[in-house]
Amino acid sequence: MGNESKIRAILKEHGRLAKDVDTLDDNADLYQAGMTSHASVNVMLALEGEFDVEFPDEMLKRSSFESIAAIASVVDSLTAASA
Amino acid sequence: MNRHASSDRADLVARTATIATEVAARHANDVDRDARFPSESFAALREARLLSAAVPRGFGGQGAGMLELGNQCAALAQGCSSSGMVLAMHHIQVACIARHGSDSPYFQKYLRENLVERQELIASITSENGTFGDTRSSICAVEVDGDAMKLDKDATTVSYGAHADAQLVTCRRAADAANSDQVLVLFPKGSYTLEQTGTWDTLGMRGTCSPGARFSGHGKPEQVVPGSFADSSAETMVPYSHILWSALWTGIATDALGRAAACVRGAARRKPGSVPPNAADLARAYVDLQTMRNNWQACAMEFDAMTATDDAAARETLGSMNWALKMNQLKMACSEAAPRLCHQALQIIGILGYKNDTPFSVGRHYRDVLSAALMVSNGRIAGKSASMLLVVKEV
Repeated sequence: MGNESKIRAILKEHGRLAKDVDTLDDNADLYQAGMTSHASVNVMLALEGEFDVEFPDEMLKRSSFESIAAIASVVDSLTAASA
Repeated sequence: MNRHASSDRADLVARTATIATEVAARHANDVDRDARFPSESFAALREARLLSAAVPRGFGGQGAGMLELGNQCAALAQGCSSSGMVLAMHHIQVACIARHGSDSPYFQKYLRENLVERQELIASITSENGTFGDTRSSICAVEVDGDAMKLDKDATTVSYGAHADAQLVTCRRAADAANSDQVLVLFPKGSYTLEQTGTWDTLGMRGTCSPGARFSGHGKPEQVVPGSFADSSAETMVPYSHILWSALWTGIATDALGRAAACVRGAARRKPGSVPPNAADLARAYVDLQTMRNNWQACAMEFDAMTATDDAAARETLGSMNWALKMNQLKMACSEAAPRLCHQALQIIGILGYKNDTPFSVGRHYRDVLSAALMVSNGRIAGKSASMLLVVKEV
């Protein structure tokens, strides 16, 4: 399963979106889709667990998690760094 | 920073302190007893053109930074807590418009004409029936239809709404938007009705006059503040609220301890040569007051330094979890310290502080600061911090 589909599965379980994740484009705004800051913390925790990474504090801002593509790029940069 | 700018700013705080003593303090008991708006304070501030302190200089305002605004609110709150709170809330609204609307011709004109020339006062409507105190969630939605815009909102508390010249209202971006996808909309007087739905007979902060109200407004799409409230909340509303509130709570505690100190000095004068027994308690209380003051001032100076050097980078930082935690910690610390200090002042003064009609009365101060932990409940804030601490690594 590619990173995007793993991210989608995590968003489906923890994002508490007002819309079905499957209908969202990779670049769709997750906050506009209803993700609250509280839900985003659960998404971050699930991502850290799934990809075995730790988001450094400077990445803990809204823009890092605003879309599936943004999350994928953050995850990629962290997994590349640890590879 | 040139000499003129810094002397102008010192003047801003000094002139407000004069109004605090000569006007606000004189009417504070009356405002409290009758739960009425401190109209004398605001007439004096308007007359002195101090309501545009937070408007950037480019629009004709004083362009005061967070530290000066905090000192101004604290100075006013020393005379009358409700006056200090209303001024702080007004600055918060002004800052949201100045920092997020200044690229729009509509808001440029509003800043220049309404806020500076006419010294108008802005209230905000962020609470809503059904959102249970979560300001980052709305039920009502702004409706834009061509060149027309309208919004209805059932609010649980609207501070000084009936006394303001405009309302800055949170709502969903559109009828089909998620609850957390919000925008701010400005409604100047004449474009809305506000029907009071509740009462405001409270323990303290009675002069803020904040009953529930049903809002109904209409206008043009240009009245919607550009961008999203998620950003204006994190980058402006939260830092301005938590820092300016902390500042004015410090002002209230300062006045309560000032009364305790006057009481101790009086006892010392009656018996020179012996230190009054409550003097040591006063010394301890001032330790906490200094901590409280340094806490908000450090945050204010950090905010000012950040926004002065590189505002784009500052906005990134203000949107980070680390900054959000810092603001939550400041709010919790100061809202809990203020009632503690008023309690200590009461213990030091004794029965003369407990009575409502002595120069040493601190009952009003004590009741006023009990609102601090409730306006944005500390329980909710602690919950949000606890959640962020699950992912933040270095605090």
